[in-house]
Amino acid sequence: MKNPLDSLWGTVISGFALTVVLYYLARAMMGGA
Amino acid sequence: MTMDFIQYGLGRWLHIMAGVLWVGLLYYFNFVQVDALKKAAADTPPTGAGITKHVAPRALLFFRWAAVATVLLGFFILGAKADDALLFKERAYIPIGIGAWLGLIMIFNVWVLIWPNQKKILGLVPATDEEKNKARRVAFLASRTNTMLSIPMLFFMVASGGIFRRAIFG
Repeated sequence: MKNPLDSLWGTVISGFALTVVLYYLARAMMGGA
Repeated sequence: MTMDFIQYGLGRWLHIMAGVLWVGLLYYFNFVQVDALKKAAADTPPTGAGITKHVAPRALLFFRWAAVATVLLGFFILGAKADDALLFKERAYIPIGIGAWLGLIMIFNVWVLIWPNQKKILGLVPATDEEKNKARRVAFLASRTNTMLSIPMLFFMVASGGIFRRAIFG
């Protein structure tokens, strides 16, 4: 599988995907749903 | 001038200015310079010498020291709450704690992976061609990792204060 970081847009999309994951992690840590 | 004004007013303003310089140069490297140098290397004769000689070292100078200023000013703003944030001890400090950890990973990448390898690439320290090729790959992936991490880092920075945190996290 190609490393998404080799592509600029793969990097940006990975960043947005990581943001979503961390957002739900933060909500869970804060006691939210 | 109260301590609150210096810590939360001036401190936050300078933290954001330093962060703009740091992440702005990170985006310059990733959105502009990497591709431009690739195209310059394909020219006959190659035309990238001016960038690597005059632009990249100066950009890297401001880049790595802006990273230090950003992180130090971030800790200055957090003050005695730094451990609440980094150890996720207090609910309200969880978003800034996540943002701070992302920033700490990024400054590690700058000083441990990007800068030492860029010194080899730019010829500031001696390196064989094989070492330069390896250095190029490590510095590139560390820089791309930081670009990826900057997206959630900026989200958690802007989502961490007062009305913004309540709007986003309830």
